[in-house]
Amino acid sequence: MEPPSVSEPAGITTEERELAALRAGDEAAFLALVTRHHGAMVRVATTFVRSQAIAEEVVQETWVGVLRGLHLFEGRSSLKSWIFSILVNCAKARGLKEVRSVPMSSLGPEEEEDAPSVSPDRFRGDEDRWAGHWAEPPAPWPDARVESSELVALVAEALDTLPQAQRTVMSLRDVDGWDSGEVCALLGITEVNQRVLLHRARSKVRAFLEERLGREGLP
Amino acid sequence: MTPAVPDLSCRELVELVTDYLEASLPVDERTRFELHLTYCEFCRTYLAQMRQVLESAGELTEESLAPEARDALLATFRDWKKGSGGGS
Repeated sequence: MEPPSVSEPAGITTEERELAALRAGDEAAFLALVTRHHGAMVRVATTFVRSQAIAEEVVQETWVGVLRGLHLFEGRSSLKSWIFSILVNCAKARGLKEVRSVPMSSLGPEEEEDAPSVSPDRFRGDEDRWAGHWAEPPAPWPDARVESSELVALVAEALDTLPQAQRTVMSLRDVDGWDSGEVCALLGITEVNQRVLLHRARSKVRAFLEERLGREGLP
Repeated sequence: MTPAVPDLSCRELVELVTDYLEASLPVDERTRFELHLTYCEFCRTYLAQMRQVLESAGELTEESLAPEARDALLATFRDWKKGSGGGS
């Protein structure tokens, strides 16, 4: 969160301020912007190219493009979505040059089997009076572990195990705080696809944590 | 007694959690979802864990910018400033 500024006239958004500072050649403003978006930019780039190293290069290229085009930016979209659209274009162009680029179709939810969020074994079978209800229910995670930074570290670890598209969507939504519309527009996917990817990602991350934290206190 | 709408099972509920949290469930589905939660402690736990996952994700710090990448970007910025007349 940025501290409230005392000298700004009302109605000037953070973004307009950033843009003005950038155009004025303010290095601190540039670095702040770069730092804030770096993680998300690398993640989005890795969706299209094959390695982390190439993704980092794509991010560098993107900033060159952003600066070169800065005088053309008219503020029709947000500065953030403009920067990320340049990133996606750079990443795609780069992805095409790569021997083994990630096909765009991999962004769709069909990349994967339609696996359930929780193993079917954990629910009661059809013959049961309570068919479909928990047989092996989740047990609450111990407060002490939830309150520590352990969960955060486990989420980071779990994110790394996800298929690319799921990881990108969950990171943008839940780590970077983007809304679903922004994610759909950036990745060129539908709301439904976005939700399916998000659902699979979050379900797997929860399962990963459950596995690590143990299912204590089962009935 | 037979309820007017079939009860949601736990197996169904876990597949609707994201739609629920995204507020994209149709109103009747949302009602069934919430009704189920009133009597199913296990699904309440499941939902609570999902929320804990989201909160933890929100606390993840961004991977920091490597010093070499930072220096390269600053150099780019300085070149641009010189070339574009920005910063004057």
